[in-house]
Amino acid sequence: MSPTEQAAPALDHAAAAARFVANDAKAHWHDQALWWVRKKRDAASGVVPDWEALRDAAAGIKAHTLSRLAEYLEEFARNAEARGAQVHFARDAAEHNAIVHRILEERGITRLVKSKSMLTEECHLNPYLEARGITVTDTDLGERIVQLRHEPPSHIVLPAIHIKKEEIGELFHAELGTEKGASDPKYLTEAARQHLRQKFLEAGAGLTGVNFAIAETGGVVVCTNEGNADMGSTLPRVHIACMGVEKLVPRRQDLAVFLRLLARSATGQPVTTYTTHFHGPRPDGELHIVVVDNGRSRQLADKVFRRSLSCIRCGACMNTCPVFRRSGGYSYGFIVPGPIGSILAPGRDASAHRTLPFASSLCGSCSDVCPVRIDLHHEIWAWREEIVRRGLLPWPKRAAMKVAGLVLRFAWLYRLTGWLARRLLPALPRGLAYGRWNAWGRQRELPPMPRRTFRELYRSHRDRS
Amino acid sequence: MTAREEMLAALRRSAPRETPLPDLSRLGVKFADPAEQFAQSLAGVGGTCLRVPDLAGAARAIAELPAYPTARRIASLVPGVGQGNVDLATVKEPRELEGLDLAVLRGELAVAENGAVWVDARLLPHRAVFVITEHLVLVVDAAAVVNDMHEAYARLADRPVGYGLFISGPSKTADIEQALVIGAQGARSCTVVLVG
Repeated sequence: MSPTEQAAPALDHAAAAARFVANDAKAHWHDQALWWVRKKRDAASGVVPDWEALRDAAAGIKAHTLSRLAEYLEEFARNAEARGAQVHFARDAAEHNAIVHRILEERGITRLVKSKSMLTEECHLNPYLEARGITVTDTDLGERIVQLRHEPPSHIVLPAIHIKKEEIGELFHAELGTEKGASDPKYLTEAARQHLRQKFLEAGAGLTGVNFAIAETGGVVVCTNEGNADMGSTLPRVHIACMGVEKLVPRRQDLAVFLRLLARSATGQPVTTYTTHFHGPRPDGELHIVVVDNGRSRQLADKVFRRSLSCIRCGACMNTCPVFRRSGGYSYGFIVPGPIGSILAPGRDASAHRTLPFASSLCGSCSDVCPVRIDLHHEIWAWREEIVRRGLLPWPKRAAMKVAGLVLRFAWLYRLTGWLARRLLPALPRGLAYGRWNAWGRQRELPPMPRRTFRELYRSHRDRS
Repeated sequence: MTAREEMLAALRRSAPRETPLPDLSRLGVKFADPAEQFAQSLAGVGGTCLRVPDLAGAARAIAELPAYPTARRIASLVPGVGQGNVDLATVKEPRELEGLDLAVLRGELAVAENGAVWVDARLLPHRAVFVITEHLVLVVDAAAVVNDMHEAYARLADRPVGYGLFISGPSKTADIEQALVIGAQGARSCTVVLVG
């Protein structure tokens, strides 16, 4: 690791979050919008009597699948090919992008419609294809909005959660010719519907993500509410489905478990509007399935962090996270933000994303809502230890930890430090007490120094009784 | 080594100790009146459930739909239900289905817990028909209502595997400020007619 890498993280979460909360009204609005989704999740899961048993089952199926992933992948590929699909294997993002481009190029296809796929975001497929003359249209409404703004999604399920309808109204006025000043969601959605219909009708190929891949049948399952994945996979002749290796489930019946959990956890719906099971191409068409590793087998080898591979991308951990809600998706600087992103990102590049494991209060709410029982806050904690072990902690924090470790090791030193602090801090001039070193004091006042220590209180209490 | 071989080898090397598949047999939810629950679930996701005694009743119910009087192009794959004037068998390209006002299709199963209907889309002359149509009607046998997704997949296990999907209500989005809008990109309405 070069020193320059150490010096500059890709994005400092705290600094980026400070920029987000600078707009106080919008930050509060963002917080409330996500909390509303969290409450819908609570209502939807609360009426399912076997909810906790479902979470156990989902965690169990995922753990089992991960323990035999190679076998299931072979079974899946064999069955998918027997049904007429073409299965491609990509070790990394570059291979994935090259495969998709080759499929399009060989068929002379220049227009691609895409439905939501976090994997293609991870691989930066859009810029790769655009640089090679392919017109790529993201067709999920939220993704189309952020694409027109030349932004990445800020949330994996709600890509445009950070944007106000008035901003979308202005964007659509400029890009789609809607009336100036119009911001009614219904009106704007209708405009997008007409705009995207044309894109679907013109496209030479449709690309979708994959929510689940069934080893037993060789099928892939895609879940959407808008129907954009269905438009994109049924109108053009060529359908390309891109998936990470971790999307596998062994049997069709396992889907019942995940489908009962996914939409309820994501948006509070009992199930997505469309849950499409693709088994082979349409009679006159082609189905290409691109299976991607891109670091997943390495993560699978890691005892602590492999459980995060069970993630079904519902976004519940983001909606509930007090830090995510108040700092926004962009403050994470990684394609998957929030608690799960804080685990996946340092797994990709620990140095670049070393601030993310600290973007958490470790309250554990993420682990409580996770439908597949990933031990999110434990893994975030484990990443903090890992960041320290790899020497990636910035020096002020490292020095502070060293001092704290020393003070806590010796009782006499601890008492002495407390004694000094109680007397010196109130006497210091404000400029010194609230200097740059005092991160706590940036937004809040230090508490008044107590007259008596806990030890003194405890002793007098004991003597009384 | 090819990418395929290399990926499989890497996954084998990384595999943790094998854990067993969990028992799913005790999962699920039972409703006193699954058909009534289905109607409620469907209403909750923006769809409408109609109950009729027979196919003639289904035909009458469809004729009374708000979308019916103005529907010019109708495709029906349920004989005798809906006055179909678009013969899907003669449509060459699915793109030609743009502008289809109403599609009447068969649903194989209806799921009480979430208002979803399984459509065996192997039987469709064009896959796009269920999503490109402006309005969608699904005709389902009332005896084919199941409690939950576990029962649904258990029933599907006896049937040939192919292209198919669960549809739960009309197309929708909440991508603009979390405001629910029905009719995002697929059907603007979804009516399920339970027959029998």
